Amino acid sequence: MEIFLLVLTIFMIVGSIVAIEAKNLLSSVISVGIVGFSLGIVFLMLGAPDIAITQVVVEILILVILIRATITTDNTAIEKHKDTFPVVVSLIFFGLFLIFAYFAVQELPQFGDPLPREAAAHYLDNGPEETGAMNIVTAVLLDYRAYDTMGEATVLFASIVGAFVILRRRGRKHRKDEDTEKVGILEDEDIKKNFEGF
Amino acid sequence: MDKMEKYIRDGKSGMTPIVKTVVRFVMGIIFIFGAYVVLYGHLTPGGGFAGGVILACGFIILTLAFGKGLALSKFSDKWASIIDNSAALIFLTIGFIGFSGGYFFMNILGKGKEFALFSAGTIPLCNIAIGLKVTASVFAVFLTLSIFGRFVSKLVDDYEDDTEKE
Amino acid sequence: MILYFLALVLFVMGLYCLVAKKNIIKKIIGIVITEYSINLFLVLVGWRKGGIAPILLKGMQKSEIVEKGVDPLPQALVLTSIVIGLGVLALMVSICLRLYEKYKTFDMSEINRLRG
Repeated sequence: MEIFLLVLTIFMIVGSIVAIEAKNLLSSVISVGIVGFSLGIVFLMLGAPDIAITQVVVEILILVILIRATITTDNTAIEKHKDTFPVVVSLIFFGLFLIFAYFAVQELPQFGDPLPREAAAHYLDNGPEETGAMNIVTAVLLDYRAYDTMGEATVLFASIVGAFVILRRRGRKHRKDEDTEKVGILEDEDIKKNFEGF
Repeated sequence: MDKMEKYIRDGKSGMTPIVKTVVRFVMGIIFIFGAYVVLYGHLTPGGGFAGGVILACGFIILTLAFGKGLALSKFSDKWASIIDNSAALIFLTIGFIGFSGGYFFMNILGKGKEFALFSAGTIPLCNIAIGLKVTASVFAVFLTLSIFGRFVSKLVDDYEDDTEKE
Repeated sequence: MILYFLALVLFVMGLYCLVAKKNIIKKIIGIVITEYSINLFLVLVGWRKGGIAPILLKGMQKSEIVEKGVDPLPQALVLTSIVIGLGVLALMVSICLRLYEKYKTFDMSEINRLRG
């Protein structure tokens, strides 16, 4: 069990090294897929099927969005101006971070033997009776901590409104007649006009 | 020759006929699985988030295989924004209805029988609202990004025209 | 123990990609890897030996899930975090496309030079 997790985590680290250092943007984006799908398998082995489903599907979407961002543009990541300063500073800083992390990790509870958790024990013990939901993750998500889920929905809504506003071609003030079809959303007649061929 | 057949024979938009035929058979299964994951979120693994993203992936696979025309005629961006906003409002309304029993997001409906589809009070309703919201918003983002792609090429063309004139 | 450390190594690599690389798409990839490592760390902390998923199935005794079930709390929070990550990624990619449309490049230092 732990040996599988170890192998998968090392596989994820190798995939992220390829993703960071690849010269071609498309291959680097696809290497992110290695990390994400391995993460889905790790979640499945850690007894979290809810997150595993979501992670696999979201990873597909992330790949689609990132490939869409790279496919029509210049497809290389060769840097024209090489700065050694940020690389050296970040390597030193992150080496220090890892040294401290090594000592901090020793203080954490052993893997597979966490501290007694009162909230988790309450949810596992009384969840099915108090909420009626057999999936206790859903019970926590939509009953005990539904306020948190509402905040999440708000963040999703805000980010999507932001994407719409950023991709709009021109502000509302300076809009001309010819610009209306270029504003993120298509009108009905534009769809008819542009896709008549079907 | 029905309508889908015409879309499949159309060589101009979308991918090859092999991909289109496979997508035509797989579509229904994807949507049924997504609806199952949303509706049974309180009994089996899944829930509103996972099911919503699966449904959105169904529409995205339709767009990628058949081109924009078919997907926009099935689920246009206007409907996407309407469903997005109204599902968020439905979720908030369920929360406010809880005030009639005491506090925000109180589970006021009956618990029902164990392992039944209609049980667990407001949780399935919340799941459906979140599933609709995630479906609509993820598909809207994908539409915005993919429609915008046309404009990038168009803008580059305009830019090149300008430089040629100079 | 070593698994916690490997999750932190993944975190550091995402941060390195975020700081040292100049290409904007590479920076986005760094943010995505960082998110993954944090999710992995949180779920790893909740696991217990011989743990099963916190879902009550038909014909399962309730005492079984109380004894063996893993912590449902980090799972619920990580679930929201994954979907938020998707929304934020869409926002970042749209900003990138906007920058590309304006400056015709993804290189950060090039953009700085062109703006100045």
